[in-house]
Amino acid sequence: MSDATAAPSATKADPTGRDYGSSNGQVLLKVDGLVKYYPILGGLLRRKIGDVRAVDDVSFEINRGEVFGLVGESGCGKSTLGKTLIRLHPPTAGTASLDGEPIFEKRGKDLKRLRRRMQIIFQDPVGSLNPRMPVSDIIGEGLLAQAEKENGWGDRKVRDKRVGDFLEAVGLRRDYARRYPHEFSGGQRQRIGIARALALDPQFVVCDEPVSALDVSIQSQILNLLLDLRREFNLTYLFVAHNLSVVQYISDQVAVMYLGRIVEVADVQRLYSEPRHPYTVALLSAVPDPDPRVRKKRLVLKGDVPSPAAPPSGCRFHTRCWLREHLGNPENCVTDDPALREIGTAAGHRVACHYAERVSDAVVERAAALQPAIVADVAEEV
Amino acid sequence: MTLTVERATNVGPPAADVLLDVRDLRTYFHVMDGLVKAVDGVSFTIKRGETLGIVGESGCGKSVTSLSIMRLLDIPPGEIASGEIWLDGQDLLTLSPEEMREVRGNDVAMIFQEPMTSLNPVFTVGDQITEAVVQHTRMSKKEAWNKAIESLRLVGISNPERRVKQYPHELSGGMRQRVMIAMALSCDPKLLIADEPTTALDVTIQAQILELIRKIQDETDSALMLITHDLGVVAEMVEDVAVMYAGRIVERGTVEDVLVRPKHPYTEGLLTSIPSKGMRGSRLNVIKGTVPNPFNMPKGCNFAPRCPYRFEPCGAYDPRIEDAHPPDVACWLYTPAPGQTSAPRQSGPERQAGPMTTGAPT
Repeated sequence: MSDATAAPSATKADPTGRDYGSSNGQVLLKVDGLVKYYPILGGLLRRKIGDVRAVDDVSFEINRGEVFGLVGESGCGKSTLGKTLIRLHPPTAGTASLDGEPIFEKRGKDLKRLRRRMQIIFQDPVGSLNPRMPVSDIIGEGLLAQAEKENGWGDRKVRDKRVGDFLEAVGLRRDYARRYPHEFSGGQRQRIGIARALALDPQFVVCDEPVSALDVSIQSQILNLLLDLRREFNLTYLFVAHNLSVVQYISDQVAVMYLGRIVEVADVQRLYSEPRHPYTVALLSAVPDPDPRVRKKRLVLKGDVPSPAAPPSGCRFHTRCWLREHLGNPENCVTDDPALREIGTAAGHRVACHYAERVSDAVVERAAALQPAIVADVAEEV
Repeated sequence: MTLTVERATNVGPPAADVLLDVRDLRTYFHVMDGLVKAVDGVSFTIKRGETLGIVGESGCGKSVTSLSIMRLLDIPPGEIASGEIWLDGQDLLTLSPEEMREVRGNDVAMIFQEPMTSLNPVFTVGDQITEAVVQHTRMSKKEAWNKAIESLRLVGISNPERRVKQYPHELSGGMRQRVMIAMALSCDPKLLIADEPTTALDVTIQAQILELIRKIQDETDSALMLITHDLGVVAEMVEDVAVMYAGRIVERGTVEDVLVRPKHPYTEGLLTSIPSKGMRGSRLNVIKGTVPNPFNMPKGCNFAPRCPYRFEPCGAYDPRIEDAHPPDVACWLYTPAPGQTSAPRQSGPERQAGPMTTGAPT
């Protein structure tokens, strides 16, 4: 880590003592070989009989001040990844560092200090707020837990002021602090969730599907708010979502996950204009466009996502891959696990596919044209 | 969908080519806090073999409209206060519960959003399809079982002989939705109502299911009423679209008209608040405020408090889509308000062409 010198100051308790001014382009979060398995218990004695490989060897970096989008379908491990990073779940293997400090090694007091710097905004604005607590306690609880002499959060008055400040920052009225969650609409609840995360003055925020449960018109309010707050509070986001248009709008870098792996990562322009993993291509082609004048070539993938408890051999995508079919089913897709490798001229565009160079407009066009109307569900085992 | 004004005053059954004719439907709910007018005077028609999309945000009354047609509402607290629902020459609201049971499945079938909760977890897939078939046809149990296998094959489920004996929990989300579709199709309905059929599904599975619904609609020539909040799904699946807001249809027309040249400020607001390619770095459009409280509807136009184009008549008079000529939008921008001689606008602003989201490499 190049910013090792910055690390000591960040460990200081003073929440305002951070300096972001000169740190643009620096890596804030670095993840290396992260693995998260969930045990499957079975049999008479509930012994472990297997693993759900939710996240399986994932590495990436997030620059300070950036929004790193993480897309994929349900069960691909994107939420697990976010939650493991901020230590809501213990990792199975791998390392991660925030501002040069290791995340997974921290214990006790150090861990508590670290938690303040990494916060999360949840998807469900109903389930993530305690219905029996007024908003002042919902937002204040974290402050109380992190109270120290330096920040004075142990004092009710200081806390209430801060709660009010952050309610205003997310576009709510100060006096809403006395109300309970059921008195708010979905969009307002999500704002409360955001205020709760930001009140602790974090550096890094995991946004776990923050707008998926909201209506379109409310969704745009929250997206605007998240971008405003990023500027105001110098935040770095890991933005987890399945909605590709939302991720395109908000992210600087985007990683696509499939069955616990990152299969493609690039800056947002590049990924959306020149996707090179056959899964990314299919994913993008599957998004219905609200403009009826746009009629795009669609690649419909066959079958379902295989179970992460028993991922396919070789390339995990080979069972559904249209490109493999197009190339006459090469054998190495089944036998060799493709590494995430840099391709093309753009720095930082990495793809995990043996044949990424073969993906071109012409190939996509031809594959889509040749594709029989796939309605058959060929996945045999679920 | 035909755009005629006289609907609400029509008497007797509609023309033979009209399969579904909903006239001034009002569905209310009596709840503790008062009366919720979930559907407040909705009229539309679907001709045989045609497709209509109904879009709107949560709480706009789109699902209640479909449940009213199916007569699946709990009464009380629900109440169909007035209106007519003509399906294939008979007014569904005049039928007895027994007669209605005949109509469901036979003439009109429905696909719901959540395939897990709409399938019975303690019966096999085959049992559930067979039950519907035996109920509506003269088939024996054995024949119905074979019909179940056949319909599973039709919706693209491989190895249907094995699947038919499985329970819903053994199937994936996409597979369950296929089973729902198979069940809906097993009695060859004339009208298929799909209520958010792909909302719970992932985008690649959604693509499969939409493809399937389109193929089946093509082959069987049944009419389709698609209810969704996703304007993208509407653009790809249907010819006509009706936009609902606070229990009313506020705009309707062909997909090309409504989504390219939206007239109603609400439709325009919805379309511009979807993030798209060209918007990176700029702020998204926001429809300010929230949907009105059902117990405290605003005076005049329901959308007026949130409308950026609001002018004098909006706060005073309630625009009805039936008053417009042609009846394609409920807005005083396009229809002269009481006391006014002309309307400010003739046509909706055309939206910029070009992909809103990128697809395959271009």
